[in-house]
Amino acid sequence: MRQWIAVALLATLLGSQVASARTVRWAASGDPNTLDPHSQNVGTVAMVLQQIYDTLITRTETLGLAPGLALTWEQAEPNRWRLTLREGVRFHEGEAFTSDDVVFSLTRALAPTSNFGIYVDTIESVREAGPLAVDIITKTPDPILPNKLASVFMMSRSWSERNNAPRPQNTRTREEMFTVRNTNGTGAFRMTVREPDVRTVMARNDAWWGWREATSANANVTEIIFRPIGSDPTRVAALLSGEVDFVLDPPLQDLARLRAAPGIRVLEGPEVRTIFLAFDTFRDELLYSDVRGRNPFRDLRVRHALYHAIDIAAINRTTMRGQSVPTGTLFPPQVNGYVQAEDIRLPLDAARARTLLTEAGYPQGFGITLDCPNNRYINDEQICQAIVAMWARIGVRTQLNSMPLAPYFAKIQRDDTSAYMLGWGVPTLDALYSFQSLVATRNGAQGDGIWNYGRYSNPAMDALIQRMKVESGAARLATIAEALRVVRTDVPVIPLHHQMIPWAMRSNIAIPHMANNQPYFRWARVE
Amino acid sequence: MANAFAQLRDSDIWWSFKRSPVTVISAIVALICIVTAVAAPFIAPHNPFDVATLNLLDAFKPPAWIDEGEADYLLGTDDQGRDLLSAILYGARISLFVGISATVFAALVGVSVGLLAGFLGGTVDALLMRIADIQLTFPSILVALLVDGIVRAAVPREVHDQIALFVVVVAIGISEWPKFARPVRGSTMVERNKEYVLAARVIGVSSFRIMTGHVLPNVLGPVLVIATLNLGLAILAEATLSFLGVGVPPTQPSLGTLIRVGNDFLFSGEWWITIFPGVSLVIMVLSVNLLGDWLRDALNPKLR
Repeated sequence: MRQWIAVALLATLLGSQVASARTVRWAASGDPNTLDPHSQNVGTVAMVLQQIYDTLITRTETLGLAPGLALTWEQAEPNRWRLTLREGVRFHEGEAFTSDDVVFSLTRALAPTSNFGIYVDTIESVREAGPLAVDIITKTPDPILPNKLASVFMMSRSWSERNNAPRPQNTRTREEMFTVRNTNGTGAFRMTVREPDVRTVMARNDAWWGWREATSANANVTEIIFRPIGSDPTRVAALLSGEVDFVLDPPLQDLARLRAAPGIRVLEGPEVRTIFLAFDTFRDELLYSDVRGRNPFRDLRVRHALYHAIDIAAINRTTMRGQSVPTGTLFPPQVNGYVQAEDIRLPLDAARARTLLTEAGYPQGFGITLDCPNNRYINDEQICQAIVAMWARIGVRTQLNSMPLAPYFAKIQRDDTSAYMLGWGVPTLDALYSFQSLVATRNGAQGDGIWNYGRYSNPAMDALIQRMKVESGAARLATIAEALRVVRTDVPVIPLHHQMIPWAMRSNIAIPHMANNQPYFRWARVE
Repeated sequence: MANAFAQLRDSDIWWSFKRSPVTVISAIVALICIVTAVAAPFIAPHNPFDVATLNLLDAFKPPAWIDEGEADYLLGTDDQGRDLLSAILYGARISLFVGISATVFAALVGVSVGLLAGFLGGTVDALLMRIADIQLTFPSILVALLVDGIVRAAVPREVHDQIALFVVVVAIGISEWPKFARPVRGSTMVERNKEYVLAARVIGVSSFRIMTGHVLPNVLGPVLVIATLNLGLAILAEATLSFLGVGVPPTQPSLGTLIRVGNDFLFSGEWWITIFPGVSLVIMVLSVNLLGDWLRDALNPKLR
């Protein structure tokens, strides 16, 4: 009897090893707050969706453009892009991928409840030009349209309409619909289990077109098990004990230990993401403040004072343990339009800050609430805590309101905030994306000010952004530089730093480190 | 007053107290815990609640006796540059406040229910005791989480932060009252049929007077023991809730909150952030529990 048990045990042990050889158990601190492909333009959502859904144009390891569901794209006329589609692609539930699905997906991304308007804002209409060809008509010539299309996931029209999801879910009202928990993409992995906040399991889609591509020639992952683990030490312990294989966001304080651990590898690199603080500069009276009858953030001197009070070097050294690049501008150098001369912070100067507050009419300071996520960016809550202490020293009494990303984004997207932290990645690698999302006046048009929850509005900035949309070449770069100067002097946001993103994994996993912080398991190999 | 002291010195309890060195030591430790916690604002070297005094440059300083440690921060500092010793003193204050308040609350509810059930008997007794039985089938931390969750859903966040401390007190109190109610009911049922109660009834004393004036003093002995033992549990329950992030708000860190914060740095070599609050919690709860054990034995006539 005992021998049989031993044999059975051995068999299960061996069996599980064979099975787990191609399984990647992946952990990160946050869970996607939806799986609808067009309702949350957030890295945490994209990191799961991009395993399942394809885009027309995809990214290479160096974030260049490569054919995805579209084989070719060309600007046939100034206002018309012609795309040729890949043949024989099928969705996970069997529907054939056609030009009609492209029309549907891009139109869906243009809907009012879409959070992806920034990628499709210039699109006038999308037309079928045959079963495998699509014409995209733009309102104005849009040279960077392919960069934007690389972020828009393609859905099946028949599946979406059958399941009452012709438009994206409205996350502001925390709406529930079929696409929030179910997926049907054309991508490399097919979702098999979705338990929000517990686990998401994806199985290899053998029919995926991309397995034949050179980049995936060595890929062998058959299953991805994603588990959100919010607690930092638990996430690290899970990796050290072999419970998970890949941690997207290992806590910075544990990097030294992880580097020294046998069988664990840490990949490091910069992320194209800038962390900043933004303010309600729209209301006449703040929602969360003890100042009555006026809005202190509308006063440039107050914004300067809060900026002067921040000791970014201390945050870099202590809170980020050196894993950040302090900045005074809106986006990192990888982004087209970056100007070194505008990347200058207001110096740390508490005395100057107090003087500015007194001049602005707040000699005793004032009280505000700072909204902050606690599982979205690296050490987000700790950074906010440090800033609360720094502002306290100049008399700004800050109450910290930190919460997990799902309620946090729902809150700030309702404009229900007075001051908040945000981190902005630039998937298009072009400056316009940041300006348009973050500091353009929100005017109802798709894309403009769509993540500008302080509703900053500056006609000069808006004019520059409109010019950025149509200009090209040196003139456009000059416009961007001018806009960066406005950001530096008018302080619509207080920039903090660009994130560095270490990934930690078992040594037997080979996966390219991506500056957009997206693990592409379709390129991964497990030995 | 002097008379009372003399009486105490002559009593069996004092005699058994003196005879047990463990009890004497735990009494002294408990006393130190209480005094330092109450006097925290006067003896703590820093004020951890005053964020304006925090400096990131002071963050992650190890305890004073380790290299790089500073005498100014005897037990080191946390990730925001808070002095750990001060944070522990202030944290113990909140832990003790919540523990004592929750125990008093639980005792008030439990004794009232037990007295009513035991004295009135019948349907009232059956109803109240079944409620207690049902509640005892849930782990008390679950009941506390439930109460906290309901309050959180019912009141807006800003209001909740203001009343968080009282919510925790009520949550823990509600989860522990059956522990008081059952023994009190048992003792009351015994006392109810004794001659002094019957005599009081005969001369027409109201039921309420008999309950509060005659029966209650005679059933309080076990309550004292349960309360002491329960104090340790209540402090632990508060620490558990705060560790889970649902207890007192982070702006008023209790020992449980400090342990939770430190937990993030357990792997990275900054052990002091979690170890010292943890050790303080152990010392505090252990001394209170040892006192409770002794009190139970001392008041138990069978062990004399």
